[in-house]
Formats: sequence, C-alpha cells, structure tokens
Amino acid sequence: MLSKVRDKPECTDEVQVRLDRVSKHYGNAAALTDLSLDVRRGEFLTLLGPSGCGKTTTLRLIGGFEVPDRGAVAIGGRDVTGVPPFQRNVNTVFQNYALFPHLTVFENVAYALRVKRLPGAQASERVTSMLDRMGLADKAGRYPRELSGGQMQRVALGRALINEPTVLLLDEPLSALDAKLRRTMQLELRRMHAELGLTFVCVTHDQEEALAMSDRIAVLDAGRIAQIGTPQEIFDRPANRFVADFIGGCNFIPAISRSDGTIIMPECKVSPQTGPEAGRGIVLAVRPHSLRLGTPEEGAIIELAARVSDIVYLGTAVRLVLSLADGLGLTAELGKDAVEKSGAKPGVVLRLWARAQDVIVFDAARSGHDPH
Amino acid sequence: MILTELSSRKPAIDWSWHLRLVAFLGPAALYALVFILVPYANLLIYSFWKTDNYTIVRDFNLGNFARVFESPVYLSVIANSLLVASIVTICAVVLGYALALYVAFFTGMRRKFLYFLMVIPLWTSFLLRAFIWRLILGREGVINSGLAWFGFTDEPLSVLLFNRFSVCVALTYVFIPFVAIPVYAALEKIPPATLEASMDLGASPFYTLRRIILPLSLPGIIPGAIFTFCLSFGDFVAPSLLGGPSGIMISSVIINQFGSAFDWPFGSALAIFVIVVVGIAVALARLLERRYE
Repeated sequence: MLSKVRDKPECTDEVQVRLDRVSKHYGNAAALTDLSLDVRRGEFLTLLGPSGCGKTTTLRLIGGFEVPDRGAVAIGGRDVTGVPPFQRNVNTVFQNYALFPHLTVFENVAYALRVKRLPGAQASERVTSMLDRMGLADKAGRYPRELSGGQMQRVALGRALINEPTVLLLDEPLSALDAKLRRTMQLELRRMHAELGLTFVCVTHDQEEALAMSDRIAVLDAGRIAQIGTPQEIFDRPANRFVADFIGGCNFIPAISRSDGTIIMPECKVSPQTGPEAGRGIVLAVRPHSLRLGTPEEGAIIELAARVSDIVYLGTAVRLVLSLADGLGLTAELGKDAVEKSGAKPGVVLRLWARAQDVIVFDAARSGHDPH
Repeated sequence: MILTELSSRKPAIDWSWHLRLVAFLGPAALYALVFILVPYANLLIYSFWKTDNYTIVRDFNLGNFARVFESPVYLSVIANSLLVASIVTICAVVLGYALALYVAFFTGMRRKFLYFLMVIPLWTSFLLRAFIWRLILGREGVINSGLAWFGFTDEPLSVLLFNRFSVCVALTYVFIPFVAIPVYAALEKIPPATLEASMDLGASPFYTLRRIILPLSLPGIIPGAIFTFCLSFGDFVAPSLLGGPSGIMISSVIINQFGSAFDWPFGSALAIFVIVVVGIAVALARLLERRYE
C-alpha cells in the first residue's frame, strides 16, 4: 500500500473509525460525554479544541490506550472496544515522538517489523525504503538524541507508517517544532496523506494547522463535538459562539431583535433586512477581518462608530483595538493602506461597517445555534 | 551590545575557580588520602612481608600470595565466597527488579508510600536484619514452629540454618533494596509514552519489558548488581551469624588473620586478593554497561 502513489486522497463515504456515544470519566471529571464520530476512509480528520476539551482522550480511545466507560469504538467495521493497542492495526505518532532512546533510527523504524518477526532481509529492505522516503537514509545509524526536532518527527512518522496501518493517529505532531518548520511539515503531512491514501486522525490545538491540513475538522468543547465539517464550513459558518471564537476569533456584539423585524443595538446602526426570531436577545458575530473602514456600501448590515485604543502592526495587516461608546471592545484587522488613509491613531473615532454575508447571528441566550 | 560585551570579556585569572575546587574537593580528598589510600597502601606493603614467631618481619617476599593459591582451603573459601556472592546477586537482582517494576508501574497512587517502605530497611541496622533470620530459620524459629504446628515435621529442620543457604537468604534479603532503589529510579525516568509507543507498534507487554524496559533500566541494574556482588562477597556479618562450616566466607578468614592467628601479612594478601576480584567484577560490569549505552 505504501509503494502505491495516488494522485489524490481517496475519500469515500465508507466509515473507517466509528465512535458510538462514547463517554469517559477521570475520577469525577468527564473527559468525553456521549461523543459520536465517524471518520471516513482515506480522510484527514483533525480533532481541534482547547486543552482539556477531550481531543487527546478521543485519540487515545481510537489507539486503544483508553477504554470508554460507555459506548463503543469500531475500526474498519470491527468492534475494538477493549482490544489492547498491540492488537489494533492503528499506529500513532506521539506528541513528543516517544522514540526509543536506546535504539538507532533504523532500529526504531524497524521495531514493528521485529515484533512481527519479519525475516531480516525483508525487514531491512522495507526499513531502508522507508528511511529513503523520509529523507533519513544517512541517519540510519544515529540515535534519537543526535537528531534535530524535524528529523525526530520524521523518524516517528516512519516508525508509525512501516506497519502499514489502516489509520494513522497523530497527537499534536507539530507542537514541538518551530514555526517555520511547522509550516513545512504541515504541507509534508498533507502530501504524505495524499500519497498514501491512509486515514489520518490528528489532534491539535492550533486552528491554523487544522485549517491548513484537514479534509474535515471536528471542533471539541468540554467533551462534546461543537461542530464537524470542512475547514471552510467551520470557518465561514460556525455553528455557535464557541466555534466562531475559537477558530479565527470573532467580535460579538449583543443586540435585540424586535418583533417588527428590526434589530437594535446600542451605538450601532443595523439595517433591518436580517430577520431572526423577533423579540429577543441576539448576538451579532463579525470576524476582525470582515470589518471595513469608511462609508458603508451597498449590502452593509452593521454600521458603527468606535474609538481606537491601540494599533498593532501584524506585518501585512494592522490590528485595531477599538471600543464602542458603551465600552464594548472590538478588534478589526485591516489592510495597511486602508488604515493609513483613515488616519487612525489612538483616540480617533472611526466609522466601520460589515456586509450582511459576513455577519453571523447567534441566539444570545444559548450562545447560539446557527439560524442561517 | 551590553550582553555581547559581557560574554566576550575574558575573566581575569580565575582564582575563584581554583579556590572553589580546593574548598569543595579539598576536605574529601584529604579524607580519602588519610583514611582510604594510606590504609590500602599499608595493606599492600604488609602483604609482601611475613611473620616469624608472632612478630612481623619486614622482608619482601611473595610467599603470602603463593600460600593463597597453594592451599586448597583458602581457594575453596574464596570459591565459596564467589558462589555465595553470585547466588545473592542473581536472586537480589531478580527479586529487586520485580519489586521495583511493580512499585513503578502497577501501584498508582500508593507508589510514593511503597517506595518509602522500600527505603525503610536501610535505616535499620545491618546486623539486626541479618540476625532476624536466626529467628525465622532457627530450630525454634518461625518456619520450624509453623511446620511442627501444622504437623508436617516431627522435629525441627536443621538444614535451614548455619549453612550456605541461610547466608544466601539473609544476604539476598539485605541487598534487595540495593537493587530495587536504583532500578526504580531508572524505571521512573522512562516516559509512559515510550511504553505506549511499543504497544502501539504491536509489541505485547512482555516483549516491551524485554526490548524496551529492560535495556532502559540497565543503568539501574548494573550499579545495584555491583553493590550487591561486592558487598556480599566481602560480607562478614551474615556468615558469622548464620553460616556454619559450609557458610564460611573469605572475610571471616581475613579477620581471623588479623585477630587470633596474628598473621597480618597473610591477612593483607588475602584482602588484596579480594580487592582484585571485586575490581575485576566492577570492570566487567562497566564493560557490559558501555556495550548497552
């Protein structure tokens, strides 16, 4: 399977991993509550969430390192709840690689084959080709302590892939690398996934990483799936405030939707064309980069005047830290030129607006379900 | 700027470094010189002298060493000591390793407490810990009373005490913590993810023990085994308390030379011989350790 190179990942609707209403508690603390998740064959699924959201526990359930208190885990249609890790055809790239310090790079990669008692010549042929593929051919005799972070990462990948697993689990695979190498490895993982056609399940707390690598993202919050979908779906149509805030960041502006279909909002003008359920509190969510400067154009829904309290240069963009007259804080990310033209500096009041399609309306009471 | 200046500035002649060296190492070095090196040198010199009618004659000769090798008595006592030390080392390593493995991996919250229990025996007198086996193995001891009470035996078993067996049992008991503690320290340093990685790659717990845990805990096993071997080879307390005729070990003989036999030169030669044997054992162990590094 490894030698076959495919043009693109074979992503079908066939379920490779199924978690069926699994719950897991540590002492009194619930790590997962009634979580159900289908991972499709050949897809790159990322479990994304803040620390303590249960994403690592989910991965460990698939790997077999944890047994759910309730619910079932199935891999390739077979129920594996309670099957120990060494009897699952699933391999893991561990967070800090967990390479065997007393074994060389070659022996680390060969470990799974040695366990299976594969004949020496056959095993070393496969290991050699894996080391070639990982660009580690000249490092075969080195020990893990003699390698750089990126090299250790590749050894861990090679070690996990040599067994030709049906599912590859990656636990924060890039967290120990510096920012530049992390970007390179994101693409590398993406390319490898495409070539191998395997199912990848990855855990990360880095939203940028998740967006860049995944076919689908499952956003976890407090042991439940807050939303699952393609990166674009998650980013453009977040299901609730948590997802909107966690991915991409968001401004939340409380408002009241009146029975006549208009929305009133302190210090802001809202066009009446959006019509969520009338007569209750709502929250308007606007991404920092969706706020625009100057006179509203056709299709503007929100208009507001905000005082600049700080200006942060981000390189290509500029972040404005703003506050409305009632004290509500906002951030806007704008092009350098636009900001310069507007004469923004601390203390100046700017007019900002946003287009209807860039504003998401959430129900204030329940922190919102998507009313689109 | 300031930082680079500071780091590139060459310190004036670093007297403080030498001063620190002398201050910290000096007392220990002096102690080692006076109380270790001088006595050993003394021992070495004595081993080339001889006695004549209970007086020591300063006459260089190799007669003492020849006597060690010529007399079957001394060789057999040395062989017995080596045998006892080997048995004790093997038993203490196996049992101490199992204990450390259990405490390190299978005890969860009670781990710290069990480790504490493992250390406690070291606070107790060595003499007491050896002597206690008389109460367990003796004619009126726990085992014999138990066997008699259950009606398994009519009269007390005498094979339990005053022989090589009882010496080995007592020494093994005494030295288990010497293995268990360094092994525990080594096991504790193995990250759980390393073991999970092994299982993840298809290895059973037993395979993981053999190929991952064992090699990674070797830095604990080797010092534990060296301690056990050297200290039990030269032990004097256990054989004199618990060893009968078959339990005689070389230290008893050496002490006898310095005591009632008043043959200090010969005692010195035997002592030198013991030191050489122990030195070889340590060197072999170091060699083994390096191979696995």
